[in-house]
Amino acid sequence: MEAITDFLKQPFPWYVAGPLIGLFVPLFLIIGNKSFGISSTLRHFCSACIPIKKSYFSYNWKEEIWSFFFVAGIFVGGYLAGFIQPEEFSINLSPEALLTFKKLGVNNLEGLLPKELFNWNNLLSIKGFLFFICGGFLIGFGTRYANGCTSGHSIMGLSLLNPASLIATIGFFIGGLISTHLFISYLLSL
Amino acid sequence: MKKSNSFINISYLILGVLFGIILIKSEVVSWFRIQEMFRFQSFHMYGIIGSAILVGFTSIQLLKKFDIKTLQGEKIVFKPKPLKWKSNLFGGMLFGLGWAIAGACPGPLYALIGSGYSIILVVLASAIFGTLFYGIVKEKIPH
Repeated sequence: MEAITDFLKQPFPWYVAGPLIGLFVPLFLIIGNKSFGISSTLRHFCSACIPIKKSYFSYNWKEEIWSFFFVAGIFVGGYLAGFIQPEEFSINLSPEALLTFKKLGVNNLEGLLPKELFNWNNLLSIKGFLFFICGGFLIGFGTRYANGCTSGHSIMGLSLLNPASLIATIGFFIGGLISTHLFISYLLSL
Repeated sequence: MKKSNSFINISYLILGVLFGIILIKSEVVSWFRIQEMFRFQSFHMYGIIGSAILVGFTSIQLLKKFDIKTLQGEKIVFKPKPLKWKSNLFGGMLFGLGWAIAGACPGPLYALIGSGYSIILVVLASAIFGTLFYGIVKEKIPH
């Protein structure tokens, strides 16, 4: 038991985490004949909870209830992982990244997110609007427009060698590179 | 039928728990890691995504080769998403812009909220609003 908790206290290296994530592709198929993906749950949520007459949300969402169970599980998993995480920890970032964050003025490197940015005090500020509201909006709008996210396109779709998923994944990176190299330092300075 | 539905739901719940733990412990939910990836400063994220695809691809080849059935004995259906290059590319780029700013894709949003970063609830709510907005303007944008 102690060996297990010791193992879980350490971050998973890429060669453990990557293959484990890849296994969700066959597990999804074998257990319920489902394609691995997550962003469609945003659509199912709208279909189930928001009374709006649009063809995009008019379908039998009850057939997709399994996906709500999956994301509820992710939430619980996040909780459990947070539980076993040491109180104070910092990610083992590369020296180059540490230098970048210093230059960007991101000084608190504790935890998974920069706490000076991701906190409730920033909600009503311009930063909060851009990082939380606009960022989130683009995630929801973009993944549905592209018909998938990192899971559905980059992992499931590329595992199937699907051209649509390759184009979408290239799009993810173009967008991410633009944000990172053109916008982030300005957004953080606001 | 009813019984098999609850079996499936519980199975995906358990898969979700495992997935959530992996997302947090592998740090792919981290804004720092996403920034590091888009600045090409570490192999970590590329190693994870690359090896996940390799395992996913190999698994699919094996499932096909040995004609593996689902637990219910059904034939496995592989459903590649339809190619619509405009929506795949433009939608992908918009998501990418948000991914680098908020530092998370949809799965990690749920994991981060569970992990205690309650402010991410706002990001998730905005993502739901973005999805709703897409459903409203879908017919008016190029696909």
